[in-house]
Amino acid sequence: MADMKIGAYVCQGCGLGERLDTKALTLVAQKEGKAHVVREHEFLCNGQGVAMIQKDIDEGVNRVVIGACSRRAKAEAFSFENVAVARVNLREQVIWSQPATEEARELTQEMAADYMRMGCAEAKKVQAPIPNPEHGTNRRVLVVGGGITGMTAALEAARAGYDVLLVEKTGALGGFMAKLHKRIPYREPFADPQATGVEALAAAVAQESRITVFLNSTTTRTSGAPGRFSVDITTESGQTQTENVGAIVMASGFTPYDAAKLPEFGYGKSQNVVDQAGLEALARAAAAKGEPMRRPSDGKDIKSVVFVQCAGQRDATGTHLKYCSGHCCNTSMKQAMYFKEQNPDIDTAIIYTDLRTPGNGEDFYRSAQRKGVIFTKGKVASVDVNSSGAATVHFHDLILDDKAATMKDVDLVVLATGQVPNSGVNIDIPAGAEDVDVAKAAEQSVSVLNLTYRQGPDVPQLRYGFTDSHFICFPYETRRTGIYTAGPVRRPMDIAQAVEDATGAALKAIQAVENAGLGRAAHPRSGDLSYPTFRREGCTQCKRCTVECPFGAIDEDEQRYPQFNESRCRRCGTCMGACPVRVISFENYSVDSVGSQIKAVDVPDEFSEKPRILLLACENDAYPALDMAGVSGHTSSAFIRTIPVRCLGSVNMIWITDALNSGYDGVMMMGCRHGDEYQCHFVKGSELASYRMSKIDDTLKNLNLEKDRVRLLEVAIADIKRVPELINDYAAKIQEIGMSPFKGF
Amino acid sequence: MADVVATHETIVVVGGGISGMTAAVEAAETGKNVILLERTPSLGGRVNQLYKYFPKLCHPTCGMEINLRRLRANKRIKVLTLAEVSKVEGRAGDYKISVTLHPRYVNDHCTACGACGAAVSAEIPNPFNYGMSRMKAAYLPSLMAYPQRYVIDPSILGTPDAEKAKEACKYGAVDLDMKAEELTLSAGAVVWATGWRPYDAGKIQPYGYDRFDNVITSVEFERLSDPRGPTGGRIVRPSDGKEAKNVAFIQCAGSRDRNHLKHCSRICCMASLKQTTYMRERFGDEAQSTVYYIDIRAIDRFEDFYQKVQADSTVRFVKSKVANITEDEVTGDVILHGVDTEGYHRYDNRHDLCVLAVGMEPSVDVRTIADVAVDASGFIEMGATDGGLFGAGCATNALDVNRSVQSATASVLRAVQVVNRVAKAEG
Repeated sequence: MADMKIGAYVCQGCGLGERLDTKALTLVAQKEGKAHVVREHEFLCNGQGVAMIQKDIDEGVNRVVIGACSRRAKAEAFSFENVAVARVNLREQVIWSQPATEEARELTQEMAADYMRMGCAEAKKVQAPIPNPEHGTNRRVLVVGGGITGMTAALEAARAGYDVLLVEKTGALGGFMAKLHKRIPYREPFADPQATGVEALAAAVAQESRITVFLNSTTTRTSGAPGRFSVDITTESGQTQTENVGAIVMASGFTPYDAAKLPEFGYGKSQNVVDQAGLEALARAAAAKGEPMRRPSDGKDIKSVVFVQCAGQRDATGTHLKYCSGHCCNTSMKQAMYFKEQNPDIDTAIIYTDLRTPGNGEDFYRSAQRKGVIFTKGKVASVDVNSSGAATVHFHDLILDDKAATMKDVDLVVLATGQVPNSGVNIDIPAGAEDVDVAKAAEQSVSVLNLTYRQGPDVPQLRYGFTDSHFICFPYETRRTGIYTAGPVRRPMDIAQAVEDATGAALKAIQAVENAGLGRAAHPRSGDLSYPTFRREGCTQCKRCTVECPFGAIDEDEQRYPQFNESRCRRCGTCMGACPVRVISFENYSVDSVGSQIKAVDVPDEFSEKPRILLLACENDAYPALDMAGVSGHTSSAFIRTIPVRCLGSVNMIWITDALNSGYDGVMMMGCRHGDEYQCHFVKGSELASYRMSKIDDTLKNLNLEKDRVRLLEVAIADIKRVPELINDYAAKIQEIGMSPFKGF
Repeated sequence: MADVVATHETIVVVGGGISGMTAAVEAAETGKNVILLERTPSLGGRVNQLYKYFPKLCHPTCGMEINLRRLRANKRIKVLTLAEVSKVEGRAGDYKISVTLHPRYVNDHCTACGACGAAVSAEIPNPFNYGMSRMKAAYLPSLMAYPQRYVIDPSILGTPDAEKAKEACKYGAVDLDMKAEELTLSAGAVVWATGWRPYDAGKIQPYGYDRFDNVITSVEFERLSDPRGPTGGRIVRPSDGKEAKNVAFIQCAGSRDRNHLKHCSRICCMASLKQTTYMRERFGDEAQSTVYYIDIRAIDRFEDFYQKVQADSTVRFVKSKVANITEDEVTGDVILHGVDTEGYHRYDNRHDLCVLAVGMEPSVDVRTIADVAVDASGFIEMGATDGGLFGAGCATNALDVNRSVQSATASVLRAVQVVNRVAKAEG
């Protein structure tokens, strides 16, 4: 590597020139920061300013320190190829966070000088990253599951020019859709059930030369990473072949909720009580024979059908499914229409609490009303079937507020049970879980992917077994890079949504393949070329990195050292924060790069009345909030020194102890909300930070320091007013407990 | 705009809201060249104007921050703001898109230092707050604005204010002679993500939105609740500034109604449920929220959120399509009249404020611009033709954010298929 040559630049625009002594700042960079080239410029982000920097780079500068605005501003102007750039935020978080008064001038200048020192220190310790060497270049996509979701994903990926392996457990493509008589309409006029088209779709899959179909097969072993997955595909008879793929779409579908768990509705007691799947089977069988549907128990004509919505769903007691499966209202209307088509005189009643037909489902609802389907707002309590096969439905009529309402002489009762995802093993249930039933269920479930990952064989689940992402803005972000789930395994959905979902997941799979080929990170640090490396000789094999990685990226090699699988990594740095011996680092982010910034700050002596408070701020939420506080003119303590971190999960305890040992009076950390409604985009980062910091008290005790010397806070990006208040509160607290006794050591 | 390079392998994304931004970054991260066109001066669209998202009650700006970082870091994306599409002609693999670039009167020298805003005295209604507050006529559209660049409102051109703005700028960024530009872009595929607009509540005459100060829309209530909003997050009545502790939420205001929007707008139930949490956040046990509904459509795991709100003693649900609203002229209170269909009780309920959960309609009539199949509500039908223009997000259906992003991601694949075909044919 060429010799390090730092160029430090200080902008005088946006009031920086008036509020700060920029000449003095360049001298700080030169003398203390050891910058080889220092320059001021009245308008650094314009063409001339940028050209000036580029010229220095062309002449050998390979580390650039830019003292100007936030790294969130003018990012395009200040992006230089092949050099490490440290942005020193003199605008939003120095001059705009401080009052523009003569009295404030000294402290503002001190703040700016420290940030220049920190910028130079960072520049010395970081390098422009080069892509990771392990990148795999396999471009094939594996799709697991041959239902509507899997077939769609396979076809759509193939149409984009990618080869696809489609693995289906059963002997035929089609999945649940092949069991349907007709589907809910998905085109104008949204009035009548439509043909499923499943045969044509299966034929299109079979004809597509880019798709290889494996029937009666499962994925029995999956290892590797995006761009280089290795998958064992095993047939029912036990023959296994190993294939390489670049990315995976998991479309393992759903199983209808077991209606046998609803004996109060007569299921299992009488053939005349069926679930929605049972009704589809009746309709298909009848259609195949060209005959009308008849009463299952005795083959008599059907004159009256009742549909029980939310059967075993939306159950707040927790006995059955707690959620709504979304499609069932439309499905019951569709099924009621089967009967109306057969004979308009058949009575069809749908008993519901909330009829849920969003979007153009409303047209279908109106169509059902036109066809004479009866809708009754009520809650079904029980269903009795007498010896002659006639059912009585007992329900609470919510319109008439009649708790003892009944519908009698019903020939067929259809239970709208929900969707249970086929998500495989719940890897988040710890061995020896206290809830025996849950633990047993987890043991019994059969893995879908059989991942060899250290953290478990399947994709982590979010809630109720669904493998959905927790992020509203990023529905496809599972915690396993390069593996995307789609269809009802991800969240309850109907066919139309599953088709769209499959198409989106196929795009993500293709994208994962492309990124892996270039050694780039996936969301949320998309395009980041850095990756974690570790110093093998220092590693104690404690396994914390492998356990704590939110994305299950790290396995163990044969000698039980961590194996990073860089293409699975999301670059959050949680492993770096976890490592007790500090051997993990990134080229552009390391224990040293942040530690050096902490140490670069000039800590005045005990009698100066100028405390120093370190603030480690999550770069996604807290740091932008601090920027926007500055833009909005909210001022805060001049004693704060902020370092953005990729995630609080990347915070290594040594930074805290180093800061306290070198005389900082307090350390604040600002991260995202954790717990059930977590907002941490690295899922576990802020939670882990909070767990680690819960142990800080011992450290503080050992140092003989007050508990309040360290404070961890949950902050949201919208806390624009609150963030400066939190800083000022803490500064007041430090004032109260007094200066640290560790100054000057 | 000579630096805009567009070929038959380019994907043009129309609309810079959550769907369009998603489409742009997803396509670019798949290695495609993208031009993202936004009609207003900055990206973000309607989600940026929301206080919180359901069901997590997190802030839209959080995801916006990540998307903006992805976008800034990706050299394959070219963003054009104040860019209005007037015509899309051609076919898959070979589109010509006519675009008008409206003048911002501020060039890319702008550093967002704010000097022009400070110099100008004229004020205009702030569209970010649906006109409920005013702002300087030289403005940054929002704190999260991208591009982070000021805008001079054309209304001050030719006035001394415009000159003041120009003089205040040290960087030569204010250019009062800027003219509209016409350009024609080539594209292989188009992702149409022009989003939605709230249904015009004034058309629902019995509810008196156009007559009563204290009948507002759900999008206005969102701004009212937001600490970044016109009242700093104080939930107060427009008529007298009094705190609105007793609020009625009327569902299906314009939706599920053949006289207005015949479709169900899907998001409004969850939006109102979410807004009842704003009431609790602001007023605690003193809050009184009443939701007038036909069906509560809290689909899939949103059911959890519904159950949580149902457990809140300050929230009451009335199954009823409100017949009409009258105003108590003395107090400004609104009185809702109707029949509670659970038990058929007539009511005349008094509230401080009434929030109409207005429906979603497509913001642009795409039929006037491009040859594309739409449904009876004007939403783009997917897969109905074999063209290369694909709808994304609320241009295709009334969708929540999560579903919009899903839809946008799917549309990107369709667009990628087209440009990959072109690339193959062009060798």
